[in-house]
Amino acid sequence: MNKIKPLFVLLLSAVVLWGAPAYGDQELIVSAAASLTNAFPEIGKVFENQHPGVKIIYNFAASGPLLQQIAQGAPVDVFASADQKTMNQTQEKRLIVPASRKIFVSNTLVLITPEKSGFSLAALKGLAAPEIKRVALGNPETVPVGRYTREALTQAGLWETLKPKFIYGASVRQVLDYVGRGEVDAGFVFATDAAIAKGKVKTAAVVQGHQPITYPVAVVAASGKQALAQSFVDFVLSPAAQEIFAKFGFGKCPP
Amino acid sequence: MPISVDLTPLWLTLKVAGVATLATFIVGVALAFLVARSRFWGREGLDSLCTLPLVMPPTVLGYYLIVLIGSKGWLGHWLKATFGISLIFTWQGAALAAAVVSLPLICKTARAAFEGVDPSLENAARTLGASEAGVFFRVSLPLAWRGILAGVMLAFARAMGEFGATLMVAGNLPGKTQTLSVAVYDAIQAGNDAGATILVIIISIVCLTILLVSGKALKIRYLP
Repeated sequence: MNKIKPLFVLLLSAVVLWGAPAYGDQELIVSAAASLTNAFPEIGKVFENQHPGVKIIYNFAASGPLLQQIAQGAPVDVFASADQKTMNQTQEKRLIVPASRKIFVSNTLVLITPEKSGFSLAALKGLAAPEIKRVALGNPETVPVGRYTREALTQAGLWETLKPKFIYGASVRQVLDYVGRGEVDAGFVFATDAAIAKGKVKTAAVVQGHQPITYPVAVVAASGKQALAQSFVDFVLSPAAQEIFAKFGFGKCPP
Repeated sequence: MPISVDLTPLWLTLKVAGVATLATFIVGVALAFLVARSRFWGREGLDSLCTLPLVMPPTVLGYYLIVLIGSKGWLGHWLKATFGISLIFTWQGAALAAAVVSLPLICKTARAAFEGVDPSLENAARTLGASEAGVFFRVSLPLAWRGILAGVMLAFARAMGEFGATLMVAGNLPGKTQTLSVAVYDAIQAGNDAGATILVIIISIVCLTILLVSGKALKIRYLP
């Protein structure tokens, strides 16, 4: 018996550890667009205070990869994307609860340059200048901000001309990082991202010529915590949360 | 649905891995010979430094490289100011990342190969009047060649599969820095499973071919 004892203790502790989270916190996994990286945790904190025992786990990335993760069965409860297209794809694949889908904020597309940049860019046309060698934008295939950028540049008739200068980022925050580190001469991000990196980047122009930028949120169909997920979605739409979004520079919806 | 195969990532990968392997071959063999045959202070430290990329996560290496060769980095700033070149987001940057990552594989195998060469043969060459360079190129290197070649193969394979540091330093620019491994990642992120499958099949065939061909070459040359 003495020889088996340590093994027994090990086995017992494994069982205890395995079961531990069950009587601990209730976890809610929220997959959200990279541009929500700063606003969502603050909103989550208020939500956690109102719902003792609930812990929110965030998964921030570009909306495209988040959609793929959910499609592949990631254990996500709430999904918030930075565009309607990604959410439409999610809905077509029956991955979300359609009735829970709501638009919660809007945003603006801006052109930014490094803070110490020698160029002054007043309009998109300025990007065609030979001094501008590299322009960062989100990969239009997977990153919503890249899709808005492509629309705006196509509208301005600059997409093909500027193509050789493009550096594609995997998310809006990567584009912001490229500009902030001065690796590129200019980049396209959301106004809320530019606000986070004040001191590193400066906003050169507000970009028009794209679809309105609106953020939808929805409960994931495969979530085992439908009620809790729905209450998080409701909270995101509440005045208290909207106030926090406004503080970060997000627009109201409908505007 | 017609399947179009874009082979650009393959050529780019071979170019990046080829240049990286050539660079690591020269640097790695020199370092290995130094460590194997000379006695100096910090010898084992130098050996550990060469091995470090094998142990460290590629993201850490990527960060070091950005700090070093980024436009605000020590070396990068100087390169840009003096020659107007920037390695970030270029295939040369990808090659540098791949070279750093694959350096330990050549260093380690070449050191062992050099240490396996009987010093009395080198001394015999010296008594016959060979210069130090002559001893290296006509005695040590030919005798250690097989081990070095094995290291080169491993380094090339590692350089071909390099992902983390490459993505951080060179980014993901289709046709410019998008190597096969990055292209696979990109296709899966975009939900393009068909594209990813094609790329995965290509990389598997290429890797298998390289292993078979190089294995055969080694055999013919040394095991009659």
